[in-house]
Parts: sequence; C-alpha cells; structure tokens
Amino acid sequence: MAELTMIEAINEAMRQEMERDPRIIVLGEDVGENGGVFRATDGLLAQFGEGRVFDTPLAESGIIGTSIGLAINGMRPIAEIQFLGFVYQAMDQLAAQAARIRFRSAGRFSCPIVVRSPYGGGVRTPELHSDALEALFTHSPGLKVVMPSNPYDAKGLLISAIRDEDPVLFLEPMKLYRAFRMEVPEEPYTIPLGQARVVKEGDDVTIIAWGATVPLAAKVAAEMQAKGVNAEVIDLRCLQPLDIDAILASVEKTGRVMIVHEAVKTGGFGAEVAALISERALFALSAPIVRIAGYDTPYPVPSVEDDWLPNAERIVEGIETLLRY
Amino acid sequence: MFDPDQLSVEVVQILDENGNGDERQLAAFSDEWLLRAYREMRRARVIDERLLRMQRQGRIGTYAPFSGQEAAQIGSALALHKDDWIFPSYREVAVCLMHGMPLEQFFHYVQGRLSGKRMPEGVNIFPTQIIIAAQTLHAVGCAWASKLKGEPHVSVAYFGDGATSEGDFHEAMNFAAVYNVPVIFFCQNNQYAISVPYRKQTASRTIAQKALAYGMKGVLVDGNDVLAVYETMKQAVEAARRGEGPMLIEALTYRLGPHTTADDPTKYRRPEEVETWRAKDPLRRLRLLLERRGLWTEAQEEALVAQVNDEVTAAYEAAIASKSGSIVDAFDCVYSEAPKLLAEQKDEVMRRKQRSGVR
Repeated sequence: MAELTMIEAINEAMRQEMERDPRIIVLGEDVGENGGVFRATDGLLAQFGEGRVFDTPLAESGIIGTSIGLAINGMRPIAEIQFLGFVYQAMDQLAAQAARIRFRSAGRFSCPIVVRSPYGGGVRTPELHSDALEALFTHSPGLKVVMPSNPYDAKGLLISAIRDEDPVLFLEPMKLYRAFRMEVPEEPYTIPLGQARVVKEGDDVTIIAWGATVPLAAKVAAEMQAKGVNAEVIDLRCLQPLDIDAILASVEKTGRVMIVHEAVKTGGFGAEVAALISERALFALSAPIVRIAGYDTPYPVPSVEDDWLPNAERIVEGIETLLRY
Repeated sequence: MFDPDQLSVEVVQILDENGNGDERQLAAFSDEWLLRAYREMRRARVIDERLLRMQRQGRIGTYAPFSGQEAAQIGSALALHKDDWIFPSYREVAVCLMHGMPLEQFFHYVQGRLSGKRMPEGVNIFPTQIIIAAQTLHAVGCAWASKLKGEPHVSVAYFGDGATSEGDFHEAMNFAAVYNVPVIFFCQNNQYAISVPYRKQTASRTIAQKALAYGMKGVLVDGNDVLAVYETMKQAVEAARRGEGPMLIEALTYRLGPHTTADDPTKYRRPEEVETWRAKDPLRRLRLLLERRGLWTEAQEEALVAQVNDEVTAAYEAAIASKSGSIVDAFDCVYSEAPKLLAEQKDEVMRRKQRSGVR
C-alpha cells in the first residue's frame, strides 16, 4: 500500500473517478497546465485532455454557476475555488443556487457538483486565503459540507462526494496537504458522508474536531494520556450530514465536552454542536461545554496567526477547566 | 481607438408600427405562421391581463406582468426546438408557456404551491430565477454540457436590462465566448429595472454592443416586432447549432405595466411615455398586417379571447381543486436523501399534523 500525502490522495481520487465516469470534468483557475496551485489536479490535463480539464477565466461565480448548468445537463463537474476566502465572490451561486436547485425545482433537477477548496491557516498566506468559512455553508440547506483531516479519509470522502447526487463543498485543510504521509489503498473506496470517526477512545473528556484541528487535538490527547487524562477524540469528517449519534454516544460516556475548530468562535459550527448536545444530552454533562476556536477577528496577518489559531496550550487549558468541575 | 459614439446602431425591423414592411421580407412568412404568432401573442396578453386582475382580487400572489413584451417572448420561443433549454427570469411567462409549461402548473406557482416549482419531465425549462442574472451562468454551463456531449441543443438565458449590470452577466458572457458554447443571451430591454430607467442602468448606448467586448456577435432588434425577433433568434439558434458559438440579442421593448403587482409605475414614469409605447404595441401591428391580408376579423378576435378566457378559468379551477401540498413535502426535496437531523424535523411536523388531525 502506498504512503500518500493528502494532496496525493485527493489527486488519486479525482483521477480514478475520472477514469470510471466520463461525465466527470474538472474546472477552475490554474487547474490545467499548472495542476492547481497546490498540485491537486496535477497530471489530469495530460491524461484526460482539454475536453475534461478546463483552465477557466478568473471568475469564482462563473466557475460555480456554469458548474450548475453542466450538472443539470448531465455532467459531473468538480470545481476548484483556489482559496476558500475567494468563495465570497461566488456566494450566491453556491449558497442560493447550487444548494437550492433540488428545492427550487421540487425535485426535478439535482445538482451533483463538488466544489473543492483549500482552507485554513498556519501556512502564512496573504489576506483572505486562510479563512475557515464552513459555518456559512452549513446554514444553506441543500449543501453537504465535508472536511477531511488525513489522506485516507480525503480519498474515501472525495470519492463519495463525487458520486453524491447533491452539491458537496469539500474543504481541504491546506496545512495538512503535505504535513504527513499515510497508507492509502490504491483501489477506489468510499467513506460514507455523515459518518464521524473516533480517532482515539477515552472516557474522561470528549474532544470534537474537524479538518485541520483533528491532528492537533489527537496530539494533545496523546500527550495528556501520559499525565493520566484519557481523552476521546472525534473527527466529525462531515458537518452536513452530521453524525449526531457519534457525538451523543461519546458525550454520554465522558460527560465533558470540548469543541475545537479554527473558524471564528461566534456563530461557528461549534456553537451548533454545543446547542445540539444541550438539547439532547444536557444531563449527561458534568461541566459546561468548552469551545476552543479562532478569535472573533478577521483572519490575522502571518506574523501573529500562530497566536490566533487554536493551539496545544489552549486545548490543554480547556481540558483542565473541564476536569476541575 | 474604440469610440462608442462611432459605433453604428442598427435596429433589425421587418414590421413597422403600422403593420407595414418590405414585401419581399414579409413574403418569407406564411399566413399560417403569422396567424400562429398572433394567436400565441393574443393568448399571452389575455393570460397576463387575467393574472393581473386575479392578483388584485387576492386570488394569486405577487405577479410580474409582461404585457408589451409578447413579441419578444413569443418570437424568440417560436425559433426554438422542444429539446432546447430555457433559463427564464420571473417575467418570461409567455416564453415558458410557448415552450411547454402547462398553464395549470403556472397557477400552482403563482398560488405559492410547491408543485408549481416542478416543471414536467421533458419540458426543458429551468426553474424561474429570482436572483438577477444568476441564470445566465446556468445557461452557459448547460450549453457547455450540450457541446461536450455532442448534442445539438441550444440554451437560452432570458433576462432584462437590469441584469446586464450584474457581475454574473459579464462572467457568463466571458465564459460563453471563451468556450464557444451554444448559448443565446436574450435581453428584453424593457427600459426599466423596477423603477430605474435604462439611462441610469448603463452608459452604453445599446446592450447589444456589449457583445463586442467579449468576442461574440450582438444584435439589436425591434422587440415589438415578432417577425424581426423570430428571424433574429432563428439565425442565432442556427449559428449556435452549427458550432459558431454564443450571441447576444437585445430586444428593444417596453413593459406596459408595473414591475410587479407590488409597485406603482406612475411614481417613476410619465403617462405620455407609456402612450408612446402603446402605439408600438406588438399585437396591434401584426393584427394590422393580418387584417390587410384578410386573415383576421373582429369575430375571430372575440372568439379567440373567449376561448383563452375559458382556458384560463379551467386551468385556475383545476389548480385550486387539486390537493395543496404540505410542509411535509418540503423536506423531501432538499437532499437526495434526507440527513438524520432533517428527517427528525420532518417526523416532528408529521406528528404535529397527525395530532391536529385527531383533534
């Protein structure tokens, strides 16, 4: 079994799916000759040609809006938005058009598109490249929101996303693109959308994370284990659909919950998870839920981003707060 | 240097305001075709006037009337095949009826029923677009798919003059020309975007000329002349089918009524202006031609109006007699399969409905 980085796993998923289904096309800025700014689409143009891989004009709304038309007329577009901060320019096409086509046509049309986008901080990007905007899209009924945290999941989840009949926003943590390698089966496989993964079992505290914060949470949990704290780490993998059962099962077991995400805290998806737990498992809780998140400022400049992002120190403090109750 | 003042502005016209035209050009249209175009336009006008009255009576919801724009809509739709795709905004009722939307279904829509959103299978009309110009990109994508699949279908984006100010319009024009896809941008320049007149919408003398900047052909046509609109559209459609790419058509017309039943046009335009355009009414000029050729009489007109009125009444009654949907149905068309939390919400609604049913 090959050891792949996340970017290689994503590339392999697209290549294998394009070999399987001639309806699949890839479009976006620089996805052709250049192979994408992170090389996610590297080699696809050479293998599949200009009838399957399109370097588009520089226009985010155009990329997603035309993908919608392509999809309703029988194609399966995989669109790339170069950095998630640029998605604001396509907000209507993604949140109000793609998400709602099934509803707007009362089920006549579906919109099977995948919108891939790198997101997240810690890689010293210029302004508006690092934003984690997942919560904007979990608030748009009709969209699915998927956020892998390792190469194995990235391949299996992306293949599921491509085969899904609904529009899927597939958010790739750019910090993890080449952070580590992992064994990834060569053959295509799927991971069902809406199924969380227990990264580490434990019974003292539940840490719920997704995307870029999962390896961080797992690392802190491993370190705390040596100090006698047995934390359970859950990787949601998908925010919509959400694996509420996995969340509740862990909360019932530990009674203490921390939610870690790098999007800004107020109105972030962590608030939704906390609200669901309070609705369904309030009396299983032994302490108030702790949220470790980005602060309520715009994503900051590179020189201070390490102090803005959730880090090990804040997670350890949060666990200690939970355990003091 | 490109000087906008040096651009020639030619308007394609076959039939003038008094129903006259060059006999050689007119000879291209059979009596049968002329009668069909007139009947469809008259039918559309009767439906529009009825819908407006029904809104005033509280029988349907907000409505965007299209009277005055029948030639633009019917003329363009007549040039399409059934398999071609239409991407309408909210004012393209006549286009949609011409392309196969059942009138009864439209009543479901204007009564605010979920069932009104679903176009019948085989009718290639995309759901009515509310967001201005968003559909132009969908049309380009759809045309792009036709090209990739090697199918000869054309996609048509319908929009108004206001839409040409939106970013999506420009992105759509650019994509369409770059990929040379079989799409037609059909702008009904009805002079107003709600209350904002054309001169405040754009500094271009015409919308048609915007095509040049994107590398495609643009045509300005008298949008109240159904013959000219049809001929222009036919040429655009044939060119697109031959692989010659997109075209922008500006149909110069006028919305005789309000933007929707929610606004009062007397606040933003003078009665004299409306009267000037009434003299250019698309129905009047074709009727003059038909009468001069001995093809149409007042008795035929009365019979047609009565027939359409009956048709409207029947469609409306059928719509209100059919089962009105339930909020429960709304949960079934959000995802291909409802996620757990959504399914739970549906169950909650169903339980409440059952409880109230028991009471």
